[in-house]
Amino acid sequence: MRQMSIAALAMVIFFSASTSSAADTLNGAGASFPYPVYSAWAYDYNKTTGVKINYQSIGSGGGIRQIASRTVDFGASDAPLKPEELAKDSLIQFPAVIGGVVPVVNLEGLSSGTLKLDAAALCAIFLGDIKSWDDGMIKGINPGVSLPKKDITVVHRSDGSGTTAIFTDYLSGACKNWKDKVGAGTSVNWPVGIGGKGNEGVANYVKRSSGSIGYVEFAYAKQNNLTTTKLKNPAGTFVDPTFESFSAAAESGAFDPKKDFYLWLTNAPGKNAWPISGATFILLAKDKIASNATITKFFDWAFANGDAKAKELVYVPLPPALKAKVKAYWKEKGLI
Amino acid sequence: MRSLLPILTKKNPLDLLFSAITALASMTVIVFIIGILWVLATRSWPALQKFGIFDFVTSLSWDPVKENFGAATSIFGTVVTTVLSLVLAIPLAIGIAIFITEIAPNFLKGPVGIAIELLAAIPSIIYGMWGLFTLAPLMSKYVEPALQSTLGKVPVIEVLFRGTPLGIDILTASVILSIMIIPFTASIARDSFNLTPAVVKESAYALGATQWEVVKDVVVPYSKLGVFGGIVLSLGRALGETMAVAFVLGNNHKIATSLFDAASTITVTLANEFTEADKDIYLSSLFGLALVLFAMSFATLAISKVILMRAEKKYPR
Repeated sequence: MRQMSIAALAMVIFFSASTSSAADTLNGAGASFPYPVYSAWAYDYNKTTGVKINYQSIGSGGGIRQIASRTVDFGASDAPLKPEELAKDSLIQFPAVIGGVVPVVNLEGLSSGTLKLDAAALCAIFLGDIKSWDDGMIKGINPGVSLPKKDITVVHRSDGSGTTAIFTDYLSGACKNWKDKVGAGTSVNWPVGIGGKGNEGVANYVKRSSGSIGYVEFAYAKQNNLTTTKLKNPAGTFVDPTFESFSAAAESGAFDPKKDFYLWLTNAPGKNAWPISGATFILLAKDKIASNATITKFFDWAFANGDAKAKELVYVPLPPALKAKVKAYWKEKGLI
Repeated sequence: MRSLLPILTKKNPLDLLFSAITALASMTVIVFIIGILWVLATRSWPALQKFGIFDFVTSLSWDPVKENFGAATSIFGTVVTTVLSLVLAIPLAIGIAIFITEIAPNFLKGPVGIAIELLAAIPSIIYGMWGLFTLAPLMSKYVEPALQSTLGKVPVIEVLFRGTPLGIDILTASVILSIMIIPFTASIARDSFNLTPAVVKESAYALGATQWEVVKDVVVPYSKLGVFGGIVLSLGRALGETMAVAFVLGNNHKIATSLFDAASTITVTLANEFTEADKDIYLSSLFGLALVLFAMSFATLAISKVILMRAEKKYPR
């Protein structure tokens, strides 16, 4: 369904691109994760204002490079850049929408939310230290759940991805063993498991092989009815991946405008926060004053009118307090 | 240049214009090749300088987090999948070509030939999707367990059949690749077989040779150069194929010992990691991989040209 709506949107945008004049078209490029919501917003914004925003999902790495070399009007990245990295290319950064990653499993007879995991168990599974589902470590946190004596098949992404970056950042933050042995990044040296290309690749393998565990974007798990797990967050609560738990993570995150919102939202401290959340970011060039004004206007409009659309596409809108912080940041940087 | 002179000294301006245009057109190819090589070399230079050319090619490490890159695992995957796919494809392709040219009744020759050529027209991404959603499950459910319970029991070669058969592995990728390259080998082999003069074949039959002997002793020796050319073309295709295998190879940077292990080829690494390569040295290493592939393809082509030239001298047609 999501693919179809993306395709339809892409076509609409493509055809409207050929008719509108180039002068009021702004180009952005970057992360593929927020592509559906940015293009949906851009489509609606174009209908109300006539301003055309053209967003190409070329990957976060490409987005950062394109805005650094000023070939686009704005870049987008799933990973925040550090203030000093921003300063190097004189960039400005703010979060646009929240997403997250959820572990998905394939175990006969287990429905979503039945299996509970904590960081130590998830880490041991992805390190290959736990090999069977009836391991004491998993049994210990799941009293009363009958776990089969079955080998665990780990499924990870084979391509570089912001999803992997958020997931490995979560593991690195929650588990020292992971940090020392593997680390975090858009692609890492996986100790065990098989690689699927894209969210659909991982989902395909998890659906097919009994006893498997993988990780996909929240939206992907929700729309494909994959079996998700509960996760123990740093506050000690077992939470399900829902809009509420993602919002809770965003609300408890210490986004600091002084640091250009540099923050990994993983292991957020909130009581009901989902621990593997992440914001996706927009990058602007300081010297592109005219286009920056249009882009901030666009996001201002999206913050006010785009929440419903975002939720429909299974993205979590920024909480109101964070939106206010972003607007104050724009003012401070002289963008509006 | 000497051969161009007589054309250029001709007075007819239209002729001059025409020859200039054709010369320009062919020059662009050379300019493109040099340009691509230049870009690959300069962009990969930081990585080659940091790791050293020899170490980059031989290092088994590919760790984006610790920023330590080596090409050996990708080269290994590329070579293994290519060789394996050729092993699977060549006998089939030659069998197809012999059937079409020598054995098939006339009414079958057309349809089978067209079907083979259609196979070559299928875009590789479609092979990739088919591989992921159809072939990989079949391989993991039926083919690979069957192999494991038969060949996997034979001493020594059982190493090749170890591990859990999941369908994302060297074997599945090689099978897809072999299906992709069969049409190239088969149609060129068919055309070469067709070049065998009917007189020679008929003489052999007249001497009492069987169909098998005609194929074995007349047709195949007569056209082996052409068949070799087709194999080289397939080899080139298999070396550079990306999308068909990107979905089913797993992009695993390890030296695989089993056919059921995930691996990575140069092109698969590029396709999977290029968009999200966020550090300069990472990107530069990816360019380094591309340069290695460029050199490999170039070497393959050069070696095959030399072999063809020697063979042509030895067995003039």
